[in-house]
This record gives sequence, structure tokens and C-alpha cells, in this order.
Amino acid sequence: MIELKQLTKTFDVGKTALTAVDNVNLTIADGEIFGIIGYSGAGKSTLIRILNGLEKPTSGTVDINGQKITDIKGAELRKARQKVSMIFQHFNLLWSRTVQENIEFPLEIAGVPKAKRVEKVKELVELVGLAGRENAYPSQLSGGQKQRVGIARALANDPEVLLCDEATSALDPETTDAILDLLVDINKRLGLTIVLITHEMHVIRKICHRVAVMEGGKVVELGDVLEIFQTPKQEITKRFVAQVTESEDSSETIKHLRELYPTGELVKLIFVGEQAEQPILTGLIRKYPVEVNIVQGKVSHTQRGAYGTLILQLKGADAEIRKALEFLDQENVQAEVMAND
Amino acid sequence: MIESLFPNVDWDKMWEATYETIYMTAMSTLFTFIIGLVLGIILFLTAPKQLWANKIVNWLTGVFVNVFRSIPFIILIILLIPFTSFLIGTIRGPNAALPALIIGAAPFYARLVLIAFQEIDKGVIEAARSMGATTGTIIRKVLLPESKPALISGITVTSIALVGYTAMAGVIGAGGLGTLAFLDGFQRSRPDVVLMATILILIIVFIIQFIGDALTKKADKR
Repeated sequence: MIELKQLTKTFDVGKTALTAVDNVNLTIADGEIFGIIGYSGAGKSTLIRILNGLEKPTSGTVDINGQKITDIKGAELRKARQKVSMIFQHFNLLWSRTVQENIEFPLEIAGVPKAKRVEKVKELVELVGLAGRENAYPSQLSGGQKQRVGIARALANDPEVLLCDEATSALDPETTDAILDLLVDINKRLGLTIVLITHEMHVIRKICHRVAVMEGGKVVELGDVLEIFQTPKQEITKRFVAQVTESEDSSETIKHLRELYPTGELVKLIFVGEQAEQPILTGLIRKYPVEVNIVQGKVSHTQRGAYGTLILQLKGADAEIRKALEFLDQENVQAEVMAND
Repeated sequence: MIESLFPNVDWDKMWEATYETIYMTAMSTLFTFIIGLVLGIILFLTAPKQLWANKIVNWLTGVFVNVFRSIPFIILIILLIPFTSFLIGTIRGPNAALPALIIGAAPFYARLVLIAFQEIDKGVIEAARSMGATTGTIIRKVLLPESKPALISGITVTSIALVGYTAMAGVIGAGGLGTLAFLDGFQRSRPDVVLMATILILIIVFIIQFIGDALTKKADKR
């Protein structure tokens, strides 16, 4: 378990002090994939660096599996870092070393003898899907392969926690998904806790169990990923959620749909979790004399279940449409009539 | 044929002088490399926000490097005469030239080492720290290997500059091709001796450059 208590970090910038992390309290469970999302400058990079002691907090404590990271230093801290490893946006591989040698590096630091290192690297290369590329230099690898080396290197000393610093931000969408799948796989197979920071809601949606939204050094919203997607409270959270649902919410899209379907009401439904699998539409059509036309639909999967939106065109008498909307409300489906603008 | 082109060249003396030049260059390059590397590491690691951040040490090292890098070499030799005679026991001959050569070149190389280290991606050093590496490990396994091509090309440039310095040291009697060209060639009006000494110096420089380039290329896996 990772516990952050009243964590604050201020930097001196000339004469003024900049508060990068402002009184953050978080508890991250073992085996959890925990996301921290925020725009650049929100303090997430500083926060993640406090977790492995690369930055010292101004005040507050970090406790990882019973060890107070913020209180130790020197050899003890270096030893602790072997159990809290990190992967980076720009991979940070040593270009002077081959894949094999890069993965061996943390093992050399930990003082593992050569024969054991070779054995361990073989296993890791297999795990991250890089078998056969052991003797390549980083310059001969693609971005996705470099991050796989980064991941293998981070796993070398059997860490308990993996910190991901914008690990997919430098990759294209397809490679991003492959790396995220690998992280989920590692999380399940090795039972390792993953803490990741990102500015992409896609990453949160795809792999995180819980998410904290950071703004101005503070955690402004915290919760289950599904819950955050369903009912984002803060303005900034809504903007992040819009990153992955943007296409159906933008005013151009609505206008365009209005032009295509000029009659009746356009209604957007939001399904969460189990609802996404219930035959709610069948009920609606059977009970009410309204014509239902599916205009657009999308289901997104998160680690905590599905999340879907459906846009319907409802045609019929106004009173019947109102009743139909009430029915949806009873079924706990969020429905909103899309504005006619 | 060669005898007629270079009638005044005493070949035994010429080879002797070539050997002395190579000896002075090799020895001074070796010590310049070691001392320059140490100074460069100190300059780099004591800079603000670095692992050994220390304003005073950084400032002192910086001043030392800048002062000795700025003194014209010919003046540096003269300034160092008392130091040299104390250290070597004489101020003549190839060994007597070494202190001035090293003190003149090591600060120059230290700057090149610093630049080489500054070119290293900071993220790589951070990654090593995140794995629990000690500063010693970071120096040995990150700083030095990751800047190897720049360190080699830097020492190549420095070594070539040192060939030039040995010739200058020759003027005050260090021996080598510089002394030969000056005393036997210039002062006795024998242009062929000067020409031959020049040709040999050029050959030495070309060989150093060739080896340096080959090693740099081999070290660079980027």
C-alpha cells in the first residue's frame, strides 16, 4: 500500500515560491493501477518523483509498504528504489548499451552476478516480447520497442511498484495501446502496483482502476475511473472526459446530426457498467408508441466495466416522448435531450 | 633523391627529435586525459542541481580551468619554470616540457569533457538514480560510456594541439622537432631542416586524427 500524507513541495523560482504539489493525500492499494491526470505544470511529475525519492518533499510523508520513503536517504533509499522502479516518456535508455546490457543495468547496480543477470534478462525479454532483439542497440529500435526495454529494465529487480512517467506520451496511438496492454498484463501477472501520470484520458480509460485529477498542485477529484467518466464533477475533469468522448459532444456534431435528422427529438443516453448489457431499448420500444432510430452509438471499455453512449432519434407525440424519457430515468440511464441550436 | 632534396638534414638527429616529439605528445596526452577527466567530472557534478552541487568547489575549479586555459602557452612555460625545475630537477629536455604541456592542455580538455557530459540526456542520469545507482556507478556506467565518442574526439583535438605545444616548448629547449626546426633549421638558415621537421609533424598529426576518428566512430552506437 502506498500512502501519501499532506504532501507538499515548493520550489524557489527567483524570489517567489512555486507550489508544485499542494497538500496531497492519497492511498493507493496493492495491485491497483492508479492514474494521475493533469495538464503540464499540474505537479504530477513532481509528485511521482517524490514517490521514489528523486525529489524531496517540503513537508508530508510517503509510505510504501510500511517504509517511509521520505525519511530515508543514502544506501537505504537506493535499496528502496530497487523496489519502486520507474519508466519514462523518453525511455531514457543508455544508447551505448545493447538491449541485453540495458536490462542488465539495474541488476548490476543491485550486485547480481553475471550468470543470474543473463538468466533474468532472458526471462524479461520474453515477458515484454522482445526475444531475438537482445543484441540490438536502442538506436535500432522503434519507440514501442524502446519502451518495452524500459519496462523490462524496470522489472529487473522484481519491484513492488512501477511508476510510469507519461510512458506512452511519445508513442503513436497503436503503439500506445500495445504498451498499455503490456502494462495491464504485467499488473495481472506479477500483481504489481502501477502508478502512472499522464495528460491523456485515453490512458486512464484503458487501464486505470482509479484516477486522481490534479490541477495547480492539488488533487481536485478522485474516484473510480467509471464513476469519473459517468459523473465528472470538476470543470477540468469534464474537459478530460471530453477528450475521449469529444466527437459526439461537440456542437458541430450536434448541428450536423440535426441537419441529418431534422424531425423528432435527439436524445443522448449514457450507459454505465451493467446497464450497457441490459435490453433497455427493447423495453422502451415495446412500452411506448414512439419510433426509435439509432443515430450513433459507442461503447468504451475501462478496467472497471463498460461505458457507452447512444444517440437516438425519438419520433412521436410530445407526451409519449416525455413518458419515454421518464422510463429511461427510472431505469437509471442518464438521458439528455440534445439542444436544438 | 631525398638526400639531395634535404642536404642538411642529419637523419639520426631528425629521428631522435621525432621520437622526443612523440614521447612528449603521448605522455602529455595521457596525463591531460586523466587530469582533464577528473576536472571535467568535478565541474559537471558540482554545478547547480547536479549530484554534488557545490557552489564553492564549482567556482574554484572553474576559475582554475579558465585561468590556465587563457594563459598563452609560451608564457605559461616561462611562468612554470620554477615549478618545473622543482618537480623535474631541470628545465631542459622532453620531461621538463611535460608539466607545462599538461597544465596548459588539461583545463582545455576539462572544458571539452564538461561539454560532453552536458550533452548527455538528463533523463538517463535520472533513470540510473531511479534504479538506486550510486554517484560512482553513474560516473562509471553512465557519464563515461554515454559520452565516449565526445571524450575521444575531444582528446584527439587536444592531442593535436599538444603536438603544436611541444614544438613551442622546443623553442625553450624541450627537444623534439620544434627545437630541431628552430635551432638547426631557422637559426642556421637551413630551410630543408625546417621543411622536414614540418613534414614529420604533419604526419604525426594525421596519424592522431586518423586513430581518433576511427575510435570515435567505433564508440558511437547512436
